[in-house]
Amino acid sequence: MKHVDLVIVGGGSAGMAAAVSAYDAGVQDILLLERSPYLGGILNQCIHNGFGLHEFKEELTGPEFLTRFVHQVEERHIHYETKASVLSIKKSKIVTYVSPKGSFEVQAKAIVVATGCYERSAGAISMPGERPAGVITAGQAQLYLNQYGYLVGKRVFILGSGDIGLIMARRMTLEGAKVLGVAELMPYSNGLNRNIQQCLKDFDIPLYLSHTVTNVIGKGKLEAIEISQVDEKKNPIPGTEKRFEVDTLMLSIGLIPNCALLDKAGAKIGPARGAEVDDALMTSIPGIFTCGNVLHVHDLVDYVVEEGKVAGKNAAAYILGTLEEGAKVPTKAGNGIGYVVPGSVALGEEGGVSLKFRCRAPSKNVYLIVKQGEKVIKKLYKLAMIPSEMEIIKIPRKALENSQEPLEVSLVAKEDAAHVR
Amino acid sequence: MSVELTCIVCPRGCHLVVHDDLTVEGNSCPRGAAYGKQEVLDPRRTVTSTVPSNSVSFKVCPVKTKDPVPKAKMAEVMAAINAVRATVPVHVGDVLIHDVAGTGVDVVATRDLLE
Repeated sequence: MKHVDLVIVGGGSAGMAAAVSAYDAGVQDILLLERSPYLGGILNQCIHNGFGLHEFKEELTGPEFLTRFVHQVEERHIHYETKASVLSIKKSKIVTYVSPKGSFEVQAKAIVVATGCYERSAGAISMPGERPAGVITAGQAQLYLNQYGYLVGKRVFILGSGDIGLIMARRMTLEGAKVLGVAELMPYSNGLNRNIQQCLKDFDIPLYLSHTVTNVIGKGKLEAIEISQVDEKKNPIPGTEKRFEVDTLMLSIGLIPNCALLDKAGAKIGPARGAEVDDALMTSIPGIFTCGNVLHVHDLVDYVVEEGKVAGKNAAAYILGTLEEGAKVPTKAGNGIGYVVPGSVALGEEGGVSLKFRCRAPSKNVYLIVKQGEKVIKKLYKLAMIPSEMEIIKIPRKALENSQEPLEVSLVAKEDAAHVR
Repeated sequence: MSVELTCIVCPRGCHLVVHDDLTVEGNSCPRGAAYGKQEVLDPRRTVTSTVPSNSVSFKVCPVKTKDPVPKAKMAEVMAAINAVRATVPVHVGDVLIHDVAGTGVDVVATRDLLE
């Protein structure tokens, strides 16, 4: 069996960032495994601009962003293999993978899992109606168009207002397709405001809030869909049906961390549907780290990269024996908060801790409160928050107390926050 | 009369109000103020797309307008982009179309296609 210090599973932005930072932290015996024929992950198909404002201080397209990281990997001569698909990871840190060269087992000292996320599909929402060809996830349509040059349809309707759906509404329109509308189950959009503006409003594409697809019609090939308005309980309201003759129904209905490898290895899974980690991004299995969209779904690649660097640096420290492992305090998603990553933070005197989370519903005029027991560590006013935007709060580590009281993030209405100090 | 806009400069998406005298409210950064003014006077967008390539590993080459082009010219810019091909070797930043659709802006490759 081959022995390697650090195996990184996934050559997207998180995996490449982890590889570069582990290398720079002193671990150079690295094997970076990527399933597809090239490094870069999902950025390969994200040809639109808007990436890199934090990382590179300029606005780049996805391929430009990933090219810079590929250069960083190659400058360091970090060993990577493409078309290499990992089949399993064992608790003992043995990684099994297959590639055109054969099937291999590698014994690692540490592993970083950066396998990204996958799209929810029609089955996940029990879509009514028939099952013709022409129902496709937005990311799959994006792959076909932006990497293979195939336009999947000419008359398109989009279910779900996630960013990929919005970006594809613009992209399909620019390529000559007619996008008839976007339906969103929630009374608010799940995409970034800028994408509502530049992808829908710029092209007069209607957004139907509080609507969902209630029928899919077509024998063999999609012919039409029907949408209906929904009530507060998200039940369709009879009599509100609208019919659209389309050849494509694109789904942009959410992303799920692709953490099957970690799950099978026996790592604990957390509320964000990725593995539960401490603030070193180590899972419940010592020496196995995780970062990026497989840990929790991000909206900005810049934050994915930041997380990748943290995971890489700490994996290197684990290998070099310098990762401190002391007492930890669990975190908790309090009122109005969907989840908090990491699931626990280490006590100590030095540095800061980043808490990442999303609110459950759009909120205005609120205070974000971080407290441990009765002790308020941070209180931050927010004019507006939406679930589609991940929030990050940094707190000094030394503010934590050595107790089993969890570190709780919660939302408090402005008028109720006056007494919180 | 003031105009309300959603800033598209960064993912934050600030809600901007641009007044008659071109002062901007609601922005969180100077880029937002510049965007608000620009959007009222001469709205522009960066266009990104792909062009066919003869590369063995990539069927298409992603491209972008190097700077934003007038919003009203987007269709013309797309027509010009759809008429060109990328021939290897291509490097990030290589100009594929000079002065696209008379906008004074070049269309450049956004990926390396070496073979």
